[in-house]
Amino acid sequence: MNPRYRNRLNSVPITYTSNEQIEVYRFSLPAAILVPLIAVFLQAFIPLRFHFFSIFDLPLLVVIFFAVARRSPVAGLLTGAAIGLLQDSLIGHPLGLFGIAKTVVGYGASSLGVKLDVENAGSRFLVTLFFYGVHEIVYFAVARGLVGLTLQWSWPRELGSAFANAFLAVILFALLDRFKQRT
Amino acid sequence: MENLISRYRNVTILVVILFAQVLGLAVQVRRSTQDESTRLIRVWAVDAVTPLEKAIVWSQSGVGNLWHNYFYLRGVRQENRELKQEIERLRIEQVRLNQDAEQARRLQALLGFKEQFISRTLPAQVIGSSGSEQSRSIYIDKGSHDGIKPDMAVITAEGVVGKVLRAFRTTSQVLLVNDQTSGVGAILEKSRLQGVLRGTPLGEVVLEKVMSDETVQPGERVVTSGGDQIFPKGLPVGTVTKVSPGAELFLNIRVKPAADLSRLEEVLVITQQEEKTPASAEGAPPMRAADILAQRLPSVPDRPPDDPNAPPPPTSGLKIFPAPTTPAAAGSLKASGASAASPSAASHSQSGPGQASATTAGATPKPHVDSAGTISNAGNASSATKPNDSSATKPVTPRKPVAPALKASDNKTTPVSGSHAQPASPQPDLQPKPPANEPTLQEPPQ
Repeated sequence: MNPRYRNRLNSVPITYTSNEQIEVYRFSLPAAILVPLIAVFLQAFIPLRFHFFSIFDLPLLVVIFFAVARRSPVAGLLTGAAIGLLQDSLIGHPLGLFGIAKTVVGYGASSLGVKLDVENAGSRFLVTLFFYGVHEIVYFAVARGLVGLTLQWSWPRELGSAFANAFLAVILFALLDRFKQRT
Repeated sequence: MENLISRYRNVTILVVILFAQVLGLAVQVRRSTQDESTRLIRVWAVDAVTPLEKAIVWSQSGVGNLWHNYFYLRGVRQENRELKQEIERLRIEQVRLNQDAEQARRLQALLGFKEQFISRTLPAQVIGSSGSEQSRSIYIDKGSHDGIKPDMAVITAEGVVGKVLRAFRTTSQVLLVNDQTSGVGAILEKSRLQGVLRGTPLGEVVLEKVMSDETVQPGERVVTSGGDQIFPKGLPVGTVTKVSPGAELFLNIRVKPAADLSRLEEVLVITQQEEKTPASAEGAPPMRAADILAQRLPSVPDRPPDDPNAPPPPTSGLKIFPAPTTPAAAGSLKASGASAASPSAASHSQSGPGQASATTAGATPKPHVDSAGTISNAGNASSATKPNDSSATKPVTPRKPVAPALKASDNKTTPVSGSHAQPASPQPDLQPKPPANEPTLQEPPQ
């Protein structure tokens, strides 16, 4: 195969990667505990001063980041469940709404991370866009189907939030890359 | 079997974790209908997050106060002068309002009304929010330790903010009125239409359950109705911004909240409300129970002497509409008190031919409608004595049949019947006329 053509193939944002090729990262204990806590804290505090910030979901971005970097479905779903329940605790709704949604996202993101290279900005943007949608669908399904909350789906809001979170994810993931440790 | 589980280990764990959370949700939903108790994980999470928030808010406000109170004092003298003038103006207004309030209290006492008073409030500082678009709530720095309990109303000087959802030891969670799950009993100030105030997914506030055949104008104020047993009646909620036909038979009324819910810093929690009967007029003689009963029960009017020349009495459908009252007339009404009208008041009632006028007792031997009837309806009476009240200066033409101004509950009020209503002309004018100073007896609109 022409080497130039092979290089072009390697530059595709999302590429299939074999299990031997993927890199699995781990995080130090302080980073693994403090980063989600800080994300939940900022999510509760910043909208008080900057109301527009409530369209972002920092805990969700942290779940996606950890799940994709660790590439372990079990670790991903447990991280998602823990962060989701923590977020639920600060919201008036019953515990488990965000927990279930983020568990699914954690599992899905880590499973995807095993198969795809999601290290570059483009793939991170698309992955976040996709999983934000998954998160919202699961959340609304559980909230309306199981709990009986009278939530209304708003396409403009959901699409706007999805793109905003995807943009923020590109920046945030670049910052959180500093906490990665190679195994 | 083991091989199968180890092969699908990840999926199995996912299913187990999800099942556990769904089970937890189901338990919470079931319990929430019986007894709302705070989960331990909530307490831990709130205890972990709120101290940091308190510290940041405290340091922020400390720096802000230092700047504003000691360094940045430009324009304070001018502001002080303006505030003094404002105080003078408000004092004058307060005198007028006191008189109105006193009169309202007297009338409410007569009618046995009970009023809700906000007797105690607790100021609190906002230290955090839920941070989610799906749930709009805030955290305040006062909790059960300070006497806060769930379902207490939270307000600002501008208007209603929300209600306490959960009270922790030193902090509380407040559900804002623009949350999708909140509901506030509200009433439109002018049209008196009642509805339920709810939040939308976009964080807006709408008034629901107002029928589409009603007329609501943008700009009308919305206040609490008191029907939810949480917010005292009459607190400002917001202003109608847009009215459009909604789903089913209801209007879609968008309301701009009076309080800026996105910039809350300090709030007041209503920790105590009192319900008491307003005191009657000062110095009024004590009434016997029999007198009170006699006032409330309908009385059979004395049959006046038959007048052979009198026209045949109207058969049915006669109603008394409170006529527009000028300040002078209001004064005469006041002078006559709640009892029979004086002859001078009777002279006012002669408003000209073509208008069916209610004459007063003692002035003529004709069957009478006592002037007390004009103030038997508390709202009409209070408005009649307010010179600048719009309802007192324009003719009352109710769109729908309303309760007659003459109430049978007042023993001094002679119920209107065909035998007592003696129109001045055989064909009474069907429209009330603005210059009239006494209640007019008219046919209701057909």
